[in-house]
Amino acid sequence: MSPIVPMLYTVRVMAAEAKATTSPHTGQRSVGEIARTVLGPLLQLLLFIVGAAASLGLLVIVLALLLSASTPDLLSRVVTILPQVIIDGLVRGFLFATIALGYTMVYGVLEFINFAHGELFMVGGVVGAYVGFFLDRAGIIDGFNPFLFVVVVVAAGMTVSGLLAVTVERIAYRPLRNAPRLVPLISAIGVSLVLQDLARLFMTNFPTSEPLGFNARYNSPDYGPPLTLFEMNVGERSVPVVLSPKALIFITVATLMLIGLNYLVNATRLGKAIRATAQDMPTASLMGINVNQIISLTFLIGGALGGAAGALFGLNVGAVNPYMGLIPGLKAFTAAVLGGIGNITGAMVGGIVLGFMEAFVASYLGLFTGGAISGAAYADIVAFSMLILILIFRPSGLLGEATTTKV
Amino acid sequence: MATTTPPSSAWERLTEPLRSGPTAYGFLGLYAAVCTWLLLTNPRTSLGTDIVFVLFLLLVLFTFRSRVARPFKIGLAAALLGIVLPIFGTLNPFYIDVATQAGIFVTLALGLNVVVGFAGLLDLGYVAFFAVGAYLWGILSTPQLTEINPAWSPVPPIMFYPFVLLGLVAGGVFGVLLGLPVLRLRGDYLAIVTLGFGEVIRVLANNLDKPVNITNGSQGIREIARPPLIFAEPLRGLGLRFDDQQLYQQFFYFAVLLVVLLTMIVVSRLKSSRIGRAWEAIREDETAAIAQGIPLVRMKLLAFAVGASFAGAMGVIFASKQLFINPPTFDLLRSINILAMVILGGMGSIPGVVLGAVFVTLLNLQILPRTATVLREAQDAGFPIPETFDPTQYQRLLFGLLLILMMIFRPEGILPDERRSEELHEAQQAQQEEPPPEEAAATPAG
Repeated sequence: MSPIVPMLYTVRVMAAEAKATTSPHTGQRSVGEIARTVLGPLLQLLLFIVGAAASLGLLVIVLALLLSASTPDLLSRVVTILPQVIIDGLVRGFLFATIALGYTMVYGVLEFINFAHGELFMVGGVVGAYVGFFLDRAGIIDGFNPFLFVVVVVAAGMTVSGLLAVTVERIAYRPLRNAPRLVPLISAIGVSLVLQDLARLFMTNFPTSEPLGFNARYNSPDYGPPLTLFEMNVGERSVPVVLSPKALIFITVATLMLIGLNYLVNATRLGKAIRATAQDMPTASLMGINVNQIISLTFLIGGALGGAAGALFGLNVGAVNPYMGLIPGLKAFTAAVLGGIGNITGAMVGGIVLGFMEAFVASYLGLFTGGAISGAAYADIVAFSMLILILIFRPSGLLGEATTTKV
Repeated sequence: MATTTPPSSAWERLTEPLRSGPTAYGFLGLYAAVCTWLLLTNPRTSLGTDIVFVLFLLLVLFTFRSRVARPFKIGLAAALLGIVLPIFGTLNPFYIDVATQAGIFVTLALGLNVVVGFAGLLDLGYVAFFAVGAYLWGILSTPQLTEINPAWSPVPPIMFYPFVLLGLVAGGVFGVLLGLPVLRLRGDYLAIVTLGFGEVIRVLANNLDKPVNITNGSQGIREIARPPLIFAEPLRGLGLRFDDQQLYQQFFYFAVLLVVLLTMIVVSRLKSSRIGRAWEAIREDETAAIAQGIPLVRMKLLAFAVGASFAGAMGVIFASKQLFINPPTFDLLRSINILAMVILGGMGSIPGVVLGAVFVTLLNLQILPRTATVLREAQDAGFPIPETFDPTQYQRLLFGLLLILMMIFRPEGILPDERRSEELHEAQQAQQEEPPPEEAAATPAG
């Protein structure tokens, strides 16, 4: 088949897209349109947050009612912890969403699973831990402004992970771009292992006099006690619903990053170049887009988001280690597939849904089985079973479009 | 194997007399005699013995790569592996253990090669099938079974032999169970799902101690039964004085050697059969394979089942040999290790995979610990090496680098399979004829 035909088609689609979203005279978008393209996905995200929380909450309540014949106070216990579980789900969800964005952006452009993406997340966490470590050694961490600290660790994590992602792409993926699919994937697995051990080598040897160590504490300024959002009154008991300030910071920064990314991809010239490259690489290059540059940029953005997520996650948990990236990375990949891989809004939605499901399983499995089965241990299995189920029944994901010929 | 292509490089021309003609017989015979003499006269564990041991194993490879008469090849290999190595093993138990481990991994790598190399399905959770076999024998042969149901008692140790076959079947069944849901997936998705499956099996092994204690959780299973030494009495009757420990070492060495031989025969027969060619067709172009009337579902399932069944059978032997298994024995790193063996040697190439498996096992058990000792000595002598640096602890780094470098520079492996090699370089050849579109882009965006 002549390559001209699909090319012309793509040009027409791009032209139609341009007509639809730009005003005819200036070629510039109005503020309203930009707001719509940026905030539209966020509204969709909000919808899914509410939907997932409501439907899962309803499910556990119905289950509790069905099972309450044998254990009478089950319902009240289920309801008591429900708000806390929802908050937990939200934090997990934003974590998966920020990591999943990196997978989905790279997949969108190259149709390649960057297996080492979880390690970029880990590197962000380690960098953040080093920032805390040096501030602690300088003795100024206690008086440090907590908000400035967040800005510093996020900026450091984003820079290091972003640049690392670009370097990795240049060294280990670009030479293999035309090879059969499995070849770059195996190389990516290699990169993942190498980064894990390099981080370990670094952490256990730097600084030489007193290294950070394998299981490193993540020092941070004092963020104060958990905020009590409201009190749950169930029967005669009253249970506070708390949100730790660090978790609040995590959610806020993650939301800001999502807004920023949406703006970048949907409302700027650069974003248009990224989308064009994702849609059809040869044609994009014929339109004067430097495809290699755009691919590097995609890795930079994805890596930076992963790094920021790592820095914030470490802050939230209070500890990092060089092997912590693998499992969140796999789950984030599941989230990206759940939302429809290659689709940015889909990655966020998938992350949120997966986060909620995990939080519910982790909290309620033990409760419903009378403590016989530990929910936390089986939360991992949930993610992988989800992945298998989605791939069988809806491989295009929640928001993805059905594709036909990807053999 | 015997090929008739003329030697191409200067190195090949130079070494040609060593691989064919009467000089080859002389070379191999002399090599074998020197190696044997060195090993048997100096069996202490040392750097020198390590090197001779590696050279000894390389000799087996040379024997099979050289163009000498078939009976000579088989005879020499049988003498080396069946007589010299076991005798050396009675003098130094460490090396026969290394050889047994190498054999176990050769079988695993050959099994994974069926899935990855022949059928082109990247399986990152292969060690799960190994775990299935190991836990099968581990649970059923120990008092762990009584924990599940007090009325059950462990099977007698003599049942080991039928259980190797049962492990084969169990592995195959699990292979089909994994294969069924993932059949429709494209290569890269399949890799991640199999990785997830491997993790699920490990998490289950770790957590199935509640509510019913099936796997004993992270404690693992101890005192796994070994088959009774039925040949001990006749051997003692011959006047050979071995203790049970040595006899078991010999027993497992020969058991593993037997399984390796059987696996090699089965795999090479399969490769050149109708099934093997169907796998090859699927690997190269799925759509075209369907159009040719190849039953895609059945063939892919068969690849999973065959690959997994070797791992299941070896799992039974491994559990019995090690006496103890726990979930970390079957982690992702082990799967990656086996994958590295297949890739290093050459996907789809049987001699390559055997070489890769032996090399990686030696690397893990011998070369890395030896390097660590040497580094330690260098450190004591005053070289600036960080104290915390221990090369045996940096397997991930090593295997990661190995995977990346192999993919960039030689994706077809050390001893490549011809077809696979062509396939992997197809894109490069196409590229030479026609410049890639990216280079056509002259003006940057922005």
